[in-house]
Amino acid sequence: MLNLDFSFYNWAMISDFVLKGFYFSLALTLVATLGGIVLGTLLALMRLSGKGFLVWPALVYVNTMRSIPLVMVILWFFLLMPFLIGRPIGAEVSAVVTFIAFEAAYFSEIIRAGIQSIPRGQSFAAQALGMTYAQNMRWVVLPQAFRNMLPVMLTQTIILFQDTSLVYAIGAYDMLKGFETAGKLFGRPVEAYLLAALLYFVICYGLSRLVRRLHQKIAIIR
Amino acid sequence: MNWDWEVFLQDPGGQHATYWQWLLSAWGWTLSVSLLALALALLMGFVIGMLRTLPDRPGWVLFGTGWTELFRNIPLLLQIFLWYHVIPALIPPLKELSGFTLVVLALGFFTSARISEQVYSGIKALPKGQRYAALAMGMTTAQSYRYVLLPCAFRIILPPLVNEMMGIVKNSSVAFAVSVSELTMFALQVQEETARGVEVYLAVTGLYIVSALAINRLMAWVERHVQIPGLQLSGAAGGGH
Repeated sequence: MLNLDFSFYNWAMISDFVLKGFYFSLALTLVATLGGIVLGTLLALMRLSGKGFLVWPALVYVNTMRSIPLVMVILWFFLLMPFLIGRPIGAEVSAVVTFIAFEAAYFSEIIRAGIQSIPRGQSFAAQALGMTYAQNMRWVVLPQAFRNMLPVMLTQTIILFQDTSLVYAIGAYDMLKGFETAGKLFGRPVEAYLLAALLYFVICYGLSRLVRRLHQKIAIIR
Repeated sequence: MNWDWEVFLQDPGGQHATYWQWLLSAWGWTLSVSLLALALALLMGFVIGMLRTLPDRPGWVLFGTGWTELFRNIPLLLQIFLWYHVIPALIPPLKELSGFTLVVLALGFFTSARISEQVYSGIKALPKGQRYAALAMGMTTAQSYRYVLLPCAFRIILPPLVNEMMGIVKNSSVAFAVSVSELTMFALQVQEETARGVEVYLAVTGLYIVSALAINRLMAWVERHVQIPGLQLSGAAGGGH
């Protein structure tokens, strides 16, 4: 049996190594969620528009993104981005762009399902009141749809937070990397990985409990 | 930009004669990791999912719920590191296991939590009368699961289950982190050696898509063949990648 020694994990170590990575993981999650929802809404509206020149690009984009492993998407963007913008790019910036583009595909599917869960009569009624397409979406369909899909979206955000650890592939400095670096430096990798697992578990489990409670609340209101 | 597909005919100077053959071998590793992990995940997922629905067995229910929450709230990459670096350090006999075996265990247990969630909600989606009717006919709990609950639950959860099966091929890419020589590892190494990143990534991405598509077609066939004519089943919750 191995002797575990957590004594060197004090506040100084955490603020030196882990916090920087934690902030990046958190920022990446938030930016990718917001960007993914905005882009995903656009993609979902394109797919539901019924106009071929809008439906097909969105369909191809979403299905391609969803059938490639996230690690490969991260590698693709890291490889191609310098060609596209004409200069080298940092792993962190590349990760942010990748996650927005990748999550947009997943969020668009959630949003599409949410919009389709609204009875068509709602949309017809809005049209009968003389609303334009934009007004219809803005005031009638999307507010109800977002409420329906909020729990699924939040669950997706928790998965996204876990997936941010995959920026390991291009060497970006996230929370997992922070623990790993500290573990290597102090010669205590076992304890570092255990602590990282504990922290991820507490965050993700806590958030998923909150989502479940929210889900129950919304269900009662409806 | 200029294509250079002949890069796959060059000699990498290792155990493979050409990059082309190395690519095929890497695909083989991806498929082996995925299929073995899938077998483990299906087995454990169904067992754990069933345990969580047992009547009057709070101990087993708690165990099943704990298992599910543990394995789905830690990132897969970190779970692979735990299997690779931490568990052999804590349990010395496991040092004998190869990286391949550890990745199969990690991916299998990770996915088992997600499948158990589907099995759980599939069984919960069945009308309570099904269980009662089975018991009233004199079946034991085991028989009621074997002949009544699981066959119906299986058909309900088949669509999200297929997603999970395709997901396991995608998730196997994380094995690169502990140097299992599967497709993503191939992509990383050969991109560095040949500097033909686009061609290498295209080939690897294509093989991932082909693999997932093959599972999709195979399961569509299974779905058609296990269909019960006239039976309408409502869907259970799925999700995630």
